[in-house]
Amino acid sequence: MMERSLLQRSLPALAISLLIAGTIFLAFVEVGFGEAKVDEKDSVSNRYIANGTEETGSSNLVTSVVVNYRGFDTLGEVTVLFLAATGVGALISMLPDDKKKRKGPAPSLIMAYGGAVTIPLIALFGVYVFLHGHLSPGGGFQGGVIIATAFLLFLIIRPDRSTPHGALSLFESLAGLSFVGLGLIGLAVSGIFLDNVIAGFGNLGDLVSGGLLPLIYIAIGVKVGSELSGVVHSMRGDAP
Amino acid sequence: MNGHELVFYGGIMALLAVGIWAVLSRRNLIKAIMGLAIIETAVNLLLVAVGYVSGRSAPIVGGDTGIGSSPVGGVVDPVPQALVLTAIVISLATTALALVAAIGYYKHTGTLDLKSFSYGRTDEKEVRK
Amino acid sequence: MNSAMFLAIALLMFIIMIALAVASVRSKDLIIAAILLAGVSLIASFAFVLMRAPDVAMAEASIGSALTAIIMVYAIKRTKRFEDDDNGGGHQ
Repeated sequence: MMERSLLQRSLPALAISLLIAGTIFLAFVEVGFGEAKVDEKDSVSNRYIANGTEETGSSNLVTSVVVNYRGFDTLGEVTVLFLAATGVGALISMLPDDKKKRKGPAPSLIMAYGGAVTIPLIALFGVYVFLHGHLSPGGGFQGGVIIATAFLLFLIIRPDRSTPHGALSLFESLAGLSFVGLGLIGLAVSGIFLDNVIAGFGNLGDLVSGGLLPLIYIAIGVKVGSELSGVVHSMRGDAP
Repeated sequence: MNGHELVFYGGIMALLAVGIWAVLSRRNLIKAIMGLAIIETAVNLLLVAVGYVSGRSAPIVGGDTGIGSSPVGGVVDPVPQALVLTAIVISLATTALALVAAIGYYKHTGTLDLKSFSYGRTDEKEVRK
Repeated sequence: MNSAMFLAIALLMFIIMIALAVASVRSKDLIIAAILLAGVSLIASFAFVLMRAPDVAMAEASIGSALTAIIMVYAIKRTKRFEDDDNGGGHQ
């Protein structure tokens, strides 16, 4: 029975969390909010903002930081995501099977037909997002996740169809290899890994601009989309 | 401290406190993983809040956004946003792995109660329902 | 928008976010807790737009609201749906 109240039960936890949050709050009040710390002449951000468009050829400054200036960190992030997806697939396959297979309710008429219409549109929107990563907000990761959402909708409305595991692995491996291959092109041409070698090709604001940036984002988008589709399918198992 | 700092940093820190409280005081393993996700959302908000400059616009430059060819002094800081983009994807990866570990723990011992967790159990038949 | 309205909208968003987070932690039904967590990510995506970060807002809205919630729901379906009874009692 509940002989102690909610406050008494979790008082140590509440006290510790308020202590931590309060200390960090006092530290960040010193930093200030909304003040222009980025205008200092020799700050890193100032250099990226001032030279971003002509050195990388992309309109989206966050894209130029993620793929061009800090491209190696993005390679590390893609590696971590790959490790996590592989780990999820491997651990799920080691679980014992459920003894009873429950059959969930069939999807309703609205879901079946509405899903059949919207799945290609969602996938098309995902491709649009990672194709225009250097022109408007978006990019490889956002577009890949949108494609994985379309695959999830497909799993919901057609639970009897099997997942093409072979095709997903093939797409993911080819996309990962092409990301590293584009970096090696930069190494071969100018001696710097992931260097943007054709940055001046095309005008600012066109679809064909930004050098290797849209190609790298296409590779990342395909890789993240197929990877997260595999993760979603692994975690679903045979749950209804 | 002025009102902006109090609202933004105070609100983010309150969310962080909710997340830490959830991790420390809940007995269900999946509830603790949800607390971890709340903490990660709060930290991402904090990083983007540090890079915000009032009165400026988003870091997209070019012809029709009106910023033109010299965006220095007109856009917010793009570096924290790039770091937070990476952090959000990695938080998804860690949450997925933690949930798979929780599923494995449930299949192995039949319970999700953190109080029943102990090292070197030799009498698992008593724990399994 | 001027500074007062900016502050008012931010305050409203943080209040809604914290209320959703507390409701998610205190809910005994884990699937409702996962849906409320998706709500927290959605309001956080509004906050990112308010702080002039549209890339981050898209990433948080798609990853936090859609994918994190759905893998939590699948994990809950493969384990137990309801949290055990109160935090101080129970076995042991």
